[in-house]
Amino acid sequence: MTFLQVLISGVSQGCIYALIALGFVLIYKATETVNFAQGELMMLGAFAGLALMEVAQLPFLVAAVLAIAAMAAFGVLLERVAIRPILGQPQFTIVMLTIGLGYMARGLMTMVPVYGSETHAMQAPYKGQVWSLGQLVISVEQVVVIVVTVVLCALLYLMFNKSRVGIAMQASSQNQLAAYYMGIPVQRLNGLVWGLSAAVAAIAGLLLAPWTFVHVNMGLIGLKAFPAAVVGGFGSLPGAIAGGLIIGVIEAMAGLYMPEGFKDIAAYVVVLLMLVIKPNGLFGGSARKKV
Amino acid sequence: MRFIFKTHYDQDIRLVKHGGQAFWYALLVVVMLVAPWVVGDYWLTQLSFILIYSIAGLGLMVLAGFTGLASLGHAAFLGVGAYTHVYLLSLGWPFLLAMSSAAALAASVGVIVGLPAMRVKGIYLAIATQAFGFIVEEVFARWEHVTGGNAGKSVPGVVLFGFDLGSGEGFYYLCLAVCVVVTFGVLNLLRSGTGRAFIAIRDSEISAQSMGISIAQYKTLAFAISAALTGLAGALYAHKLRFISPDQFGALQSIELLLLVVVGGLGSVHGAFLGAIFLIAMPQAIAVSKDFLPPAIGQASGLQGLIYGAVLVGIVLFEPMGMYGRWLKVRAYLQLFPFYRRGMFKRQKAFTKSERLR
Repeated sequence: MTFLQVLISGVSQGCIYALIALGFVLIYKATETVNFAQGELMMLGAFAGLALMEVAQLPFLVAAVLAIAAMAAFGVLLERVAIRPILGQPQFTIVMLTIGLGYMARGLMTMVPVYGSETHAMQAPYKGQVWSLGQLVISVEQVVVIVVTVVLCALLYLMFNKSRVGIAMQASSQNQLAAYYMGIPVQRLNGLVWGLSAAVAAIAGLLLAPWTFVHVNMGLIGLKAFPAAVVGGFGSLPGAIAGGLIIGVIEAMAGLYMPEGFKDIAAYVVVLLMLVIKPNGLFGGSARKKV
Repeated sequence: MRFIFKTHYDQDIRLVKHGGQAFWYALLVVVMLVAPWVVGDYWLTQLSFILIYSIAGLGLMVLAGFTGLASLGHAAFLGVGAYTHVYLLSLGWPFLLAMSSAAALAASVGVIVGLPAMRVKGIYLAIATQAFGFIVEEVFARWEHVTGGNAGKSVPGVVLFGFDLGSGEGFYYLCLAVCVVVTFGVLNLLRSGTGRAFIAIRDSEISAQSMGISIAQYKTLAFAISAALTGLAGALYAHKLRFISPDQFGALQSIELLLLVVVGGLGSVHGAFLGAIFLIAMPQAIAVSKDFLPPAIGQASGLQGLIYGAVLVGIVLFEPMGMYGRWLKVRAYLQLFPFYRRGMFKRQKAFTKSERLR
């Protein structure tokens, strides 16, 4: 019974990792840059939702939708202002830039009086409820995380395979130059991808918020999403989901069966092993670079 | 404007290029030597910190600046050096032996980290080193009978050949000596074949490989040298702090080291020193400026993080060569006085070095 219990909690934690990793992978596929501030975007999304609920007194769902929309707009803006000017520079530059942006977001959020320095509980309608199935006790928050992740994945799948925008995004991520020649506005799409990825991050934040708490350092969970993205293969969307689930479950199991301390580093051990054994990740595919 | 008339090939690799350099660096050495008599205890401590961070910065510079391998987990090497040194001292080893063993152990850990680095590059390497950093931090916290765990470990005083260097001045001179040795070491490394191989690898792996440079061997070597220097800095750092605990060698410290090399100027030895000065001076400047800011901003706890982030973003966007790059521009302006043109250092649009396979 404990096993099932831990498994469910691991899967739902894994869904959060998966959503953040999804954000990394979206951006990586589109612009070949890695956004180290993805966790901070998630934190900002959660705070936006919290502010809308507590200051504007909106109901949870309305606040959530507004927060996601606001974060999407923020993502587009961020791409335009900070990322686009330095595209074409070595990858490391953008890594530094996004680390800096993450620092700024955390610093700014801490400086907001009253809100920034404290830990908040987000009052979602389903917070604190549990279902008991026999001996199994499942908290509704975890179920919501899993369900929303599944729905979101389905929506993204439909978007990428059926809608014009999604297909254009696929095209531009496969070959930017060719996409550009076919009349696809690659730069505008890159902006949209940043918006999409910020929105996904905001959803992750809003899902995590009722389950744990809203605080400035909640974005540090993003550091565990890197292993998820690497395990799945950095350029693969299904890989990000799978990687997130794998990391989440392994972490939960390490907490159950291994001595104390292994839970916190399980994700990193897995990613190091993965990089040694199969650097391209599970879904990365293998190809050789031609000179 | 100075023109150096070259009459000999040796002039190209000479450490001191002309008389002006000799004069200024000699002046710097004299200033550093007399500093303990001029400045107070507090500033002497800050100077020692700058020297220690410069050593660590030189270590990371060899890796990130000259070999082009970004490491997000360099604080781990700092920690390995610090803990090894302190543990060996507590076993009764002599100071110099303990310090060189600390550097050696850090180097061998660096080789281990370098092993996956041969297969992965770019962003994967950053993630691998970051993961490694987290693991090492956890090991420091859990391996209690060596490291003292989260409770920390106090550091014995410095005793070198029977002399007690525990005083501020003594320790300052120790740091200065180590720093000078390391700087000369790095400068000589960079003008040797090995250093040139590093730079070749940074600029293009494929070209380097086709010139007969063994990528795997040199990358591992870069990791080893970089880790050894950082470990050496770690040993001194432990003495300076007098008390070490795992959280001093965490992800934040790694980012600070990276901030150091990027702000100072990637790919320049001067950059390590400028970056170290920045890293030590910044908290002081913030503390001073707090008195002039309205309390709502000045007293907020996030101010330092915000400023670090803003500096990092500003440097990346507007001055990719860091503080040393800015100095080069200022110097060119002064040397050419009325003839400096705006486009002289214009950033060349590098085409993205794609790691994609098609």
